[in-house]
Amino acid sequence: MISVAPFLIFLVGAALAMVARGRVRDVIAVATPVVGAINLWALDGSAPMTVMLFGHELILVEVDRLSMLFGWLFHLAVFVVLVYNLYRPTKLEQVSILAYGASTMGAIFAGDLLTLLLFWEGLGLTSVFLVLARGTRKAERAAVRYLMLQVLSGVLLMCGIIVLINQGRSLAMAPLELEGLAAWLIFLSLGIKAGFPLLHNWITDTYPEATETGTVIMSALTTKTSIYCLASLFPGTELLIYIGATMTVFPIFYAVLEDDLRRVLSYSLINQLGFMITGIGIGTELAINGAVAHAFAHVMYKSLLFMSMGAVLYRTGKIGASELGGLYRTMPKTTIMCIIGAASISAFPLFSGFVAKAMVMSAALQGGYDWVWIALLFASAGVLHHAGIKIPFFAFFGHDSGQRPKEAPKPMLIAMFIASVMCIGIGVFPELLYDQLPYPVTYEPYTFEHVLTQLQLLLFAALCFVVLRVTKLEPHERPSVNLDIEWTYRWLLPRAGRWAYVKLGYFANHLRQLSQVGTQGTVWLVKLWHGPGGLFARDPLISMASLAVVIIFTLVLLLDLIQGY
Amino acid sequence: MSIVEHLPALQVAVPLLAAPLCAMMIRPSIAWPFAVLASWITFAISVALMDQVLTHGTIVYNMGGWSPPWGISYVIDPLNALLLLLVSGMAAIIMPGVRLGIGVEVTFRAQRLFFTVALLSLTGMLGIVITGDAFNLYVFLEISSLSSYALVAMGADRRASKAAFNYLIQGTIGATFILIGIGLVYMMTGTLNMADMADRLTDLHGSATIQAAFAFILVGAGIKFAMFPAHAWMPNAYTYAPSLVSAFFGATATKVGAYILIRFIYNVFGAEFAFDEMHVGWVLIPLGLAGAFVGSLVAIWQDDLKRMLAYSSVAQIGYVAAAIGLGNHDGLIAAIVHVFNHGLMKGALFLVMACVILRLGKADMTSFRGLGKRMPVTMGCFVVAGLSMIGVPFTVGFISKWYLILGALDAGMWPVAVLIVMSSLLSIIYIWRVVEVAYFSDPPDDVKVQEAPAMLLVPTLILTVLCIAFGVATKITVGVAGLAATSLGVYP
Repeated sequence: MISVAPFLIFLVGAALAMVARGRVRDVIAVATPVVGAINLWALDGSAPMTVMLFGHELILVEVDRLSMLFGWLFHLAVFVVLVYNLYRPTKLEQVSILAYGASTMGAIFAGDLLTLLLFWEGLGLTSVFLVLARGTRKAERAAVRYLMLQVLSGVLLMCGIIVLINQGRSLAMAPLELEGLAAWLIFLSLGIKAGFPLLHNWITDTYPEATETGTVIMSALTTKTSIYCLASLFPGTELLIYIGATMTVFPIFYAVLEDDLRRVLSYSLINQLGFMITGIGIGTELAINGAVAHAFAHVMYKSLLFMSMGAVLYRTGKIGASELGGLYRTMPKTTIMCIIGAASISAFPLFSGFVAKAMVMSAALQGGYDWVWIALLFASAGVLHHAGIKIPFFAFFGHDSGQRPKEAPKPMLIAMFIASVMCIGIGVFPELLYDQLPYPVTYEPYTFEHVLTQLQLLLFAALCFVVLRVTKLEPHERPSVNLDIEWTYRWLLPRAGRWAYVKLGYFANHLRQLSQVGTQGTVWLVKLWHGPGGLFARDPLISMASLAVVIIFTLVLLLDLIQGY
Repeated sequence: MSIVEHLPALQVAVPLLAAPLCAMMIRPSIAWPFAVLASWITFAISVALMDQVLTHGTIVYNMGGWSPPWGISYVIDPLNALLLLLVSGMAAIIMPGVRLGIGVEVTFRAQRLFFTVALLSLTGMLGIVITGDAFNLYVFLEISSLSSYALVAMGADRRASKAAFNYLIQGTIGATFILIGIGLVYMMTGTLNMADMADRLTDLHGSATIQAAFAFILVGAGIKFAMFPAHAWMPNAYTYAPSLVSAFFGATATKVGAYILIRFIYNVFGAEFAFDEMHVGWVLIPLGLAGAFVGSLVAIWQDDLKRMLAYSSVAQIGYVAAAIGLGNHDGLIAAIVHVFNHGLMKGALFLVMACVILRLGKADMTSFRGLGKRMPVTMGCFVVAGLSMIGVPFTVGFISKWYLILGALDAGMWPVAVLIVMSSLLSIIYIWRVVEVAYFSDPPDDVKVQEAPAMLLVPTLILTVLCIAFGVATKITVGVAGLAATSLGVYP
């Protein structure tokens, strides 16, 4: 079969979309992932594609089971999002989604770290336009912060690769021991994009500021690309278990407090990534399978939830829990799809989350990580609370905000429908997903025990929600700003800096004057010698020039005298 | 014997015979095409020689069938094949533009003499590069020097005569130093053939006479090479010479000096003697870096742009000197490649000056105001060649600086690498200064300026395109330089 590198198709699509206009552009945009999927089908099992660049052999495409699964997932995600975007297609969004898709495809099929680096940088550079496209001042500033962190991640990866090259080690996409500078630099770089605790805040900072479409695709691609890389480079790294467990727990508190529903979903995204990272950290076949299956299911239901919130934002112009409510009257279809997404993320039986999430938890138990298992259990309950109940409840039910917006536009509904079908399909026929996983699956999700445990858990979480509502303990429906780690650099550091600047001002003033005098002096001196009429620029006198010759001559003769001693 | 076997002799003989014939042609309209033809044939011979060297290896040609040490032999290895290509290629590219270029600067009656002297100068340079005999090298050095003084003196500005006189005095000092050095070596070894010299010198290490001879030749070649601080002849000579002469000399004359340095240090005296006994690195690297800084800094404040380019040459020669002084494989590649690459870009930049002078009468900062719109192609060439001078990737300047930095790091001299990068930043200033005036200031309204004529523009464009072409496809330059370095006994 003839096939090309998957990213090429997206790049060509992006280039065509850039020159096309109107309906033609829409057709090109939506057709690109379809053509890509056909190519991907042809690509399966083909030999690596390589190019030579500056004496290094770059492995542009290397296909294995893991990359194929992510390839299918991302093609599907890009397709769904491009359909969703048809409600108000703009060239900027379509082109950057396609280019962003190209970066992702390049990254997951990369056969060596240098190729990965190329597309790793592309991820940030192409997706930032999806934030800028929102057009608000807030989005603009968030975009700049986003870009800074993405570039930092790329720089760390580059440094790691340079160290690897210097040590003469292989750049293959093969598991690395988390030892030595190179591995740590690469680990940290992946960590930024995967939203490790304390490095996570770009997710919750940026995603709520992007356009309706932008948030959906960004939530699907960047972090999952990093999950793919972690699974290829650092499987079985024990540190990841604890990082992952932390990530599942801490966002829950923020998610419960948060008013902006898309930010709630962003926190929930970090929580979900935590499950996958824990799975990668445990590193057994079951755990890796679980992490990958979870990533697959997660992209579908998280996109579905973000899409439904996008629809709400588009129709009402509002996204705060306190400003919404009672929309089910006029947006029934969106409501149903949102509930499907919510049921999936909360792992109701017969929905996709149920068949995926439990694998990681079983692996944790089997590996003897009891405390981690408890953390994950708590996190699962938390997910139901903030994502499963809070999102649909406050948007579509709750107190009636009096708004009667129209139903979501048709393209949005179609896209959400595709995602809903996927969520239920995987939930009902888990073998479809299991057969594609990297390792053979013996796991059976629908056992009496599992279903019962899960239902108990869900009921308990629902109870919590009710209790909090009745006792009015839940601090909901109040727009507020929650302090996260970004507080340190957006509030603390600037103020500390300013304080230090004022206190040290006296000293700094002197220092500045001193450095000014120093710079001026240097320039004056340089100009005196080199400027017009200066020592070196003057019309040379023959005598001076000859003297210079004699001086070098003496110097050369003297040098061999030095050698005598 | 077929003619192919005599190509080494023809390489020098063609321009040498063409020169007096030119002098007999009274009308420049006849002398000019003749000179162009001669330069093209010379270039074709260089290409053929390069091809032979690459396929069959080093060529040894005995003049008149007399074998050394009695006769003079021409030895062509990758190093001088590349230099022959540079020198004759520059002549072939620049010569067609000469007629128009010097039309405003040289009087009608003197033009045929101009062609004569130019061909003699070309002969001299080719001879220096091709010969394998030390005394023969000196003879050709004198031929090229004397004709160079005459060419500089033909400048329209009255100061050209004084610049030529200065050049004459210092050039003579340099040539004398070289002659004394060769004489001392002859005294000790009894041979003038360079290969023989190299053989016999290996037994003479530690001799004070040989050490003195080395110092004389190093300094003499240093003057020809315009190495800081012996560069004083160059700025005025390049400033006041006719622009096309500046272009030709800027691209070739000092490069021949670099060739003499490399040949004597690595081949005749041998790297072991030069570096372990004479510590030549301690002379070349500090002086080279000093030259890089002084040259660039002086260039920043120059108002006359030909003078600015001359000082920029001082800086670029500094890089070559430092590269020669590194004494490792990458360093030597950097030296050879930069000799070639700098020839391309400096040739292009001086041709731009020739275009501007042809249209505006002078090339100072005020005459460049708004030229970006009025002479778009010419200024485009300036920008590309200027970027190359700075060392932007995908230009030739990047390639040679890259190898220079590799060489410095390989020698464990990272401060040298840092200083090279710092001094390169200075070149951004003097190039940008011109770009800013040409593109971001309004032209004076009263002057009407046309784009330069094709006769001058085409050579400029060719050199500019080569600046990019050899920056992307480095097989010829870096490949041959690598071969040359290996054949000089410096292995990676």
